[in-house]
Parts: sequence; C-alpha cells; structure tokens
Amino acid sequence: MTDQVTAPINDWLKSEVGSNDVVLFMKGTPQFPQCGFSSTVVQVLDYLGVPFASHNVLESDELRSGIKDFSNWPTVPQLYVKGEFVGGCDIIREMFEAGELRDLFANKGVQVNAA
Amino acid sequence: MAMQAPDIERLILAALPGARVTITDLAGDGDHYSAEIIWAGFEGQSRIQQHQAVYAALKGRMGGELHALQLKTRSA
Repeated sequence: MTDQVTAPINDWLKSEVGSNDVVLFMKGTPQFPQCGFSSTVVQVLDYLGVPFASHNVLESDELRSGIKDFSNWPTVPQLYVKGEFVGGCDIIREMFEAGELRDLFANKGVQVNAA
Repeated sequence: MAMQAPDIERLILAALPGARVTITDLAGDGDHYSAEIIWAGFEGQSRIQQHQAVYAALKGRMGGELHALQLKTRSA
C-alpha cells in the first residue's frame, strides 16, 4: 500500500474504487463518524446490510482534496459502487427513501439484506 | 466563513436562469442551508449532474465558504 499512496492520489483512488465493490470516503470512521452527513450514509449502508470499505479523508489533506477533484464533487462523504460515483449524502438519502438504492445494489450484484 | 441566503439564490439564478429556488436556513449560522431548485434545464440530467450544475453556480464556495447545502433538485 505504501508505494501506491506516494503515487499521484488519482492512481490510488482509481485502484481503491476499482478493487472494492462498495467504498465510502467519509469524515471519520464507520465506528466514529465525525460529520452528520457521513454518519447518515454509514447508517443507510448498515441498515441495508451492505459491507463496505471506508477511508477517513481527515487523515490526509491530499486525500481530502484529491477525492473532490477525482469525482468533480466538492464535498464528502462520497459513495462509490463498483467503481462508479453514486453520490453524496443528499443523493444517497433521496435514493434510499425512494427504494432506488436497494435496487442499485441488487442490479450491481452487491449483497444487500432482505427488504 | 458564511453566506447569506440571498447571495446563494443570486448565484444560482445567475447560472440557472428562470429556476425556482427555495432556500431554508437550517442552523442560523450562515453555513447550513437546504435548497430546493426546480429548473427546466435539469431535464434529462442525473441527480449528480443536476447537483454539479448547482455547485458550479456557486463558483467553488461549496465545501469551503458554504459548509452544507442540502440539495433537492428536479426539472419540473
């Protein structure tokens, strides 16, 4: 992992979103979220029973700014499913409430608990 | 660092002419707002594209000067 991180952050981000079915870039950790919006997305994923990798953007300024350029999205959290940027807190919550998020995971072959 | 609701609305309307914008101050600290934006130009765009259009209208203030702007966007 160490040599990858010294490579441009984009290469590392590309490999992270490519090698994890579901990955959440957030402030804090799933156990200790440090932002209400990040916490909301963690709760939605836990409620759906979706396993996910996470990265704490507060641990690295390079990651915190790099992720925003990577997706052309100015805020965190950011959720990626099968390498694709799905959205931040607003979109994840809106999709969840509309039942679209469960469908997205099912369509992409990501394990999600029964309705 | 904070913004006032009228300034947010002005920036959005400048970039999305004719949009109907409703801004709600969530915390009274000039940093946490929600905005509902109805704009015909969103037609055919994904939620991500719609929100990116709003962020672009704010010219880099999102996530910096403006900490939180909860968005609800639709075309009609």
